[in-house]
Amino acid sequence: MTDIASPRSLLNQDWRRIAKIGSVTGLSLIFFALIGMLVQLDTRHIIRQYLSLGYLTVIWLPVMAGLVVVKEAELEGVTVHRKGPRELLTGALTGVLAGAGLSVLVVLVDNFDLREPLVNWSPQLLDQLTFGNGVGFGIVIWLVIGAGLGLLGSSLTVVPPLASRAVKAALLTLILVSILETAITDLFQGFSLSFITDAVYAKRGALTLTSSIILAAVVIAISVGLSGRGSQLRDSYDSLAAPQRRTTNISLSTAGIVALLVLPLFLGKIMNELLANVGLFVLLALGLNIVVGLAGILDLGYVAFFAVGGYTTAVLTSPNSPWIAPQLHFGIVILIVIVVAGIIGLAVGAPVIRMRGDYLAIVTLGFGEIIRLLFLSDWLSPYFGGAQGITNIPPVDLGFAEVKGSDPRSVFYLVIFFCAIAIYVSWRLQGSRLGRAWMAIREDEKVAEAMGINTVTAKLAAFVVGAILASFSGAIFAAKVGSIFPSSFLILVSIIILVVVIVGGMGNITGVIVGAIVLIGVLGGPKQPGLLQELGLYKLLIYGAILVFMMLKRPEGLVPNVRRSHELHQEEFLQDAWLRGEVDHDAEADEEENAS
Amino acid sequence: MTAVRVSAARRVSWVDRFLTVLRVTLIALIAAGLVAFVAQQISVDNAFARWRNPDATGLTAPQLKGLIVTGVAQGSMYGLIALGYSMVYGVLGFINFAHGEVFMLGAMSGFVASTKLSNAGYWESNFIGSFVIIVIIAILVSTTAAVLMERVAYRPLRDSPRLIPLITSIGVSFFIQNAVLGLLGPGSHSYPQLPVWLSKNRSILTFDVPGTKIMVMLVAAVSMAVLWWVVERTKTGKAMRAVAEDKEIAALMGINVDRTIVLTFAIGGAMAGIAGILWGISFRGVTHLTGFLPGIKAFTAAVVGGVGNLGGAMAGGVSLGAAESLGPQLVLEPLGVSGVSQLRDAVAFTALVVVLLFKPSGLFGERLSEDERA
Amino acid sequence: MSPVLSIHDLTITFGGLDALSELNFEVNEGEIVSVIGPNGAGKTTFFNAITNLVTPTSGDIRLDGESIVGLEPYQVTELGIGRTFQNVRLFPNMTILENVMVAQHCRTHQHALGALLQTKAFRQEEKEIRERGIEVLSFFGSRLTGYRLDQPAFMLSYANRRRLEIARAMATQPRLVLLDEPVAGMNPKESSELTTLIGRLRSEWGFTIVMIEHDMGVVRDVSDRVVVLDHGVTIAQGSYDEVSNDPQVIEAYLGRPAEEAS
Repeated sequence: MTDIASPRSLLNQDWRRIAKIGSVTGLSLIFFALIGMLVQLDTRHIIRQYLSLGYLTVIWLPVMAGLVVVKEAELEGVTVHRKGPRELLTGALTGVLAGAGLSVLVVLVDNFDLREPLVNWSPQLLDQLTFGNGVGFGIVIWLVIGAGLGLLGSSLTVVPPLASRAVKAALLTLILVSILETAITDLFQGFSLSFITDAVYAKRGALTLTSSIILAAVVIAISVGLSGRGSQLRDSYDSLAAPQRRTTNISLSTAGIVALLVLPLFLGKIMNELLANVGLFVLLALGLNIVVGLAGILDLGYVAFFAVGGYTTAVLTSPNSPWIAPQLHFGIVILIVIVVAGIIGLAVGAPVIRMRGDYLAIVTLGFGEIIRLLFLSDWLSPYFGGAQGITNIPPVDLGFAEVKGSDPRSVFYLVIFFCAIAIYVSWRLQGSRLGRAWMAIREDEKVAEAMGINTVTAKLAAFVVGAILASFSGAIFAAKVGSIFPSSFLILVSIIILVVVIVGGMGNITGVIVGAIVLIGVLGGPKQPGLLQELGLYKLLIYGAILVFMMLKRPEGLVPNVRRSHELHQEEFLQDAWLRGEVDHDAEADEEENAS
Repeated sequence: MTAVRVSAARRVSWVDRFLTVLRVTLIALIAAGLVAFVAQQISVDNAFARWRNPDATGLTAPQLKGLIVTGVAQGSMYGLIALGYSMVYGVLGFINFAHGEVFMLGAMSGFVASTKLSNAGYWESNFIGSFVIIVIIAILVSTTAAVLMERVAYRPLRDSPRLIPLITSIGVSFFIQNAVLGLLGPGSHSYPQLPVWLSKNRSILTFDVPGTKIMVMLVAAVSMAVLWWVVERTKTGKAMRAVAEDKEIAALMGINVDRTIVLTFAIGGAMAGIAGILWGISFRGVTHLTGFLPGIKAFTAAVVGGVGNLGGAMAGGVSLGAAESLGPQLVLEPLGVSGVSQLRDAVAFTALVVVLLFKPSGLFGERLSEDERA
Repeated sequence: MSPVLSIHDLTITFGGLDALSELNFEVNEGEIVSVIGPNGAGKTTFFNAITNLVTPTSGDIRLDGESIVGLEPYQVTELGIGRTFQNVRLFPNMTILENVMVAQHCRTHQHALGALLQTKAFRQEEKEIRERGIEVLSFFGSRLTGYRLDQPAFMLSYANRRRLEIARAMATQPRLVLLDEPVAGMNPKESSELTTLIGRLRSEWGFTIVMIEHDMGVVRDVSDRVVVLDHGVTIAQGSYDEVSNDPQVIEAYLGRPAEEAS
């Protein structure tokens, strides 16, 4: 079993590890500064006057580095040393190295002019790096800040878990409360509680110093007070019998649905707009989840079906449609959209479905581009309007209400309705004969075929279902925006949806919804702003980085699969038992057999 | 164990019927377009030529030759980029989607270097010298980028199912594009003016060829020759081919597999860097998105030429360039499609679809071992 | 009695090399036939050819007198051939129950619409699939049932994975089962138990079985007939005792007497 030894001596350091992590962090900081995060994001404040988003983007990294550098793999049979001052030193040293990156940058910016070609190599950058106090100060201050942040990071692993958890919770809450300012103010206003937000937030946005200190104190108090309750709650949930758990689940989800339906009534226009956009992407992500997550088909041209839905709606409803303009009702249009998307799904799917996975990815990407180029071309502009697109798409008339872009709340409800359909479809199909066939194909296509599954038709079915769900999103998008242009359907859209599905966990419906809400809500879609509008410039960079990170570290997604994690828990228990030599897997089964 | 399936006696499903119809239609369309083109070349007022496109004028001989030259020059750049896709695919069996960005980085570093040289006056006074310098810089930058990519993003994923590194490479591609956008700013970055003696037209075998295009084709041919020599004649090349054949056995034979894979990325990167400079010289403007389309097209070229086949990659590149340059005028215009020049990219993608439609695993259909999952 | 499976002059060539050459083979209803031979003799290729994962270069494979050459693998399964793989290939992230449920794909008919509307027929069929799945899993005692039903397959021990693979082949409701080294990697206790089960597969489930096996003990205990392959050619055929004394077979196994190889 694991031995816990006394702390190691102060200078017994893993110098190479420090050098590696420290210098990588330092280089990343230089990179962050040079792509302009420091300067461009300085306008958004987290804590008014004390911390801007720009500085936040460079200070979280050394903290993480400090945390990571002292982390040790706890393996069976390896002696684990108690953490102590040595780890603090490790963190501080790493932090110093990281900070040194910016110190070096200060010197460089001061002495060389690289403004051509590096656009952010500006006097303003120098000014911000030195806090306006001259080069010497700048050099020293970043070493000090780095040391402090590294120390903070490593101390989080050294102090008792309770304290570390409280500090982490406080920091996270501060950042979240500040980032979600628009949402929170809006919500509180809806319940006429604006006096609270007025007190918490500064007049020109962001937390005030006082309010952030109070907030942090409150969070720490709560977190210390509640220590252990969270896991207690989960344990009591786990110990529930199946029918009781079912009731709990049903009541929890009913509460969630009611909240979701009531919430928009209390929100303002901006938040409702955001929710509507998020909803559109949830719908898209649910569709792609069937294609990529369940059937394992990497369809990079998914945006094409979004475009098909949008254009079909535009042509059939808009009086300005250049070709035929029947001006049908949205309800009828949706039925036609289903048929059109289904047919195009089959037509695109059939040629690619026999291809190997990676070729299929590139070819679908090609199809996505071809469809956009055709919509854009002069050749088809008599039908689809070319670059001018189709404008004047009417609102959706539901009889009792109108769904139009100027009233995002109505759009949100419409989106929710279609999301509900998509969730139902995904859920039911997942547990059906077809869904199992998809999963088998995803796991091992050849074996699936040898087990009697007609892989071609099963994969085509996935393609078509995905296409139809995406076309719903396109139809609503057209009605919401009121006009439609080829530029809304860049390959970018496909890739962002792919990131959402991967972050949520492929094949995990809840995960995908949460992923869409968090990513699209905070960062925004390809053209739609999120809560952190200022990050718009770096949105795609962040999406790319997330994609790489996820594939390297968590290919199964960030949102845990409830069923899976429950089982893994059990398995760990069995493994531990086995390690102790108490149970042998097969022997155990044999015993059961003998007993019965 | 190969799993090539002969479709001979299989019961025909509707998917197959649909595909047959699709294949026949495509071939018929292309043939009809070509025939209409020939008809309109013979006589503009020919009924067949008039059938679809009443405004047809046909092409003059110099126009046609111009299109061919443009296509071949462009195609030789695709070919250079395609080599990287092909080599990495041969060795690791996955599509490095971010290879287009390696090319873009080459073009971008060429822009930075050439502006600096131009500011110093060296670009104007000694173009050849400057050219060599920027090529070397571009090779260094692209190679470093490719090698870093392998080290950071792909090496940890070497044993995962091959869609995983593909998705990763999409992320890498996105990241590089936007990192360059952040560092260098949006908008098109222009290479400095080329010397007059270079850009002026020269006559070769009755073809009137702009000097830049001669240079592009020349440099591409030389690079290709050097690459061929490296792969076929040196020990490194032998190691590469061995690793492509079977990594485990190569390792048992004393070949350093990691090093060989890094070298593969490096060489592919160098070729992409050279292509980047040629791109900059030909089109002058470079943006952070420059890598995307040529990247996809180069992949198409690699597929057309047979993945893992270096000569094929180059041939594929040249034929794709020619198809893209000639296709709109030779096939689409006679069919009555208007605004054909907008559809060049669509033609290139269609070429990819058509090739894979006839040969779902690429023109040369590589080996697939039993445990490899699609 | 007409043979269930008959193979005539089957030749399979990979890049100029004959993996199988002019192989003739027959299995009668209710027989258990073992295919043995040294590594690289073409045994797995033989299985892949029967299930159409590999297309024969020439020759014919008939199931109940009907040629199955050129069919898609799933159609072969539909016609009643189930198989396992030498290097266990389960659907690792699907649960154990799902693994056997998905194998009944070609025996069931409900489409997506039934699932969406939750029709009576759909629920009835789901219930049947489930019950049949549990039934085949119960064949292996309680090892694969109970709480294990909802565990993903990757959590199983090696021997249980092999068992689940057999259960999955059984779930396709075949007439003929191809087992590719069913006891490979099992300990003696486990393999003797599985040997009994293979016998029961015939007696209780009525399967005809063709098995590739290296473990001569197992081969001796269950086979009615043994076929020896070497370099893609049948070198001997007959009962275990006949084959094990055949000088050609002994030579193929590097001169070692077959008994010792067990």
